[in-house]
This record gives sequence, structure tokens and C-alpha cells, in this order.
Amino acid sequence: MLIYVIGLLMGILSGMAIGGGTLLVPALVIFLNIGQHTAQGICLAAFIPTAAVAVITHYRQQNINVHLAFCLTIGALAGAVIGATLANHLEAALLRKIFGVFLICMGLYELLGKLPAQNKN
Amino acid sequence: MKLSFFEISRLGIIGVITGLINGLIGIGGGTILIPAMVFLLGEKQHVAHGTSLAIILPTAIVSTYIYQSNNHLDWLLALKIAASGMVGGYLGAKLMQMIPPMRLKQIFGIFMIIAGTRMLF
Repeated sequence: MLIYVIGLLMGILSGMAIGGGTLLVPALVIFLNIGQHTAQGICLAAFIPTAAVAVITHYRQQNINVHLAFCLTIGALAGAVIGATLANHLEAALLRKIFGVFLICMGLYELLGKLPAQNKN
Repeated sequence: MKLSFFEISRLGIIGVITGLINGLIGIGGGTILIPAMVFLLGEKQHVAHGTSLAIILPTAIVSTYIYQSNNHLDWLLALKIAASGMVGGYLGAKLMQMIPPMRLKQIFGIFMIIAGTRMLF
């Protein structure tokens, strides 16, 4: 049951455009005692169907710069291969610490950073 | 459209960093990608949002494949999260029209710092 509550809450945050995925990994690790690697794998896999629907919607509304997306995807795919391979070869304890540091940095950014939406549009 | 060497390197670096984060940490990467597109490449916020999803979708598929190959994935849990997450996403999009996102982003930031610290120790 807890898993559905976590999924629902993270979905609400994502729907409000505040990236719920970021809190999904710690929620799985802390509340459900899932290993760091598997929690990250679940987060990536669960992202796919939602993102696929969102991409189709954004494409129809012409909110995708296809040329830019193509150029950036090439580097992103290379980075993903390196990053994911590295993650899967790291000890869970170390990976968890790396995640923690990253989360704190992003938390500070959310807390102190300005919203680009309000400045640029 | 012809790209200069500088442009290609810049797009390459942004792409690789996004992919590295996606693979290593297991979260989307939109947190980095959207501000990079808005501030460095001058894209409009809503286009940056749509384009980032189009980039992260194939990236997440590659990362998921690598986690799966290393037996670091629980498909049943991912399915439960994705299903409840979609319901939450719909609710979140509706809620967004009622609650100011700025205040929520700050609350979210505090949660991230707490969760991040919890993961360090």
C-alpha cells in the first residue's frame, strides 16, 4: 500500500512541475528499505511511460525544438552509458552518499534559486 | 542549420552532463537541463521543458537497460510507481492552478536537503 502512496505523492509533485522523481529514490530507500541501485533503476523505469505521454503532448503543442533535442540527445546517450555503467559498479553505500550530496545541492538550488519561468517569459 | 565548433562542443558538454547525472543518480536530469537551455541557449521556458523531456526519454531508456542488465531493477515495483504516479500527475497538474509554485518549490527544497542529509549518514 505504501508504494502506491509514494507513487501518488511523487506523481503530484511531478504534475506540479517540481520534479517528484528526485524524492522518489530516497523515499524507496528510507521507507521501503530498497537497495540504492534498485531504487534508482525503479525511478528510471517508472519515468519512461509518463515521459512518453508528455513528449507526445508537448510535440503536438509544438513545445519541442526537435533540432536542439537531437543535438543534445547524442551527448546525453553517451553520458548515460558512462554514468549508468559507473553507478552499477559502485558500492551501494558510496552511491547513496553521492546521491545524498547531489540531493542537498539541488535542494539548496530549489530553496535559494530563482525560478527561470518568471524571469524569461 | 550549420553549427560552429564552439556550438557543437557546448551542446555536447551539456548533453553528456545530463546523461551522466541520469545514469549515475537515476533521476531525470531536467533540473540541470531546463536551466541550461534557458540561461545558456536562450530557449523559452515551455520549449525548454518540452525539449528536455524529449532528450531525457531516450536517455532514461538507455540507463534503464543498463540497470536491468545488472539486475538492479524491480519491474513490478516500477509498474506500481508508474501507475500511481500517473494518477498523481493528473491531480498535480490540476492543483498547480490553485497553489503558487514558488512557495511549494521552497518547501520541496527543504525536503530534499533533509532527505539528502539522511542519505549521507
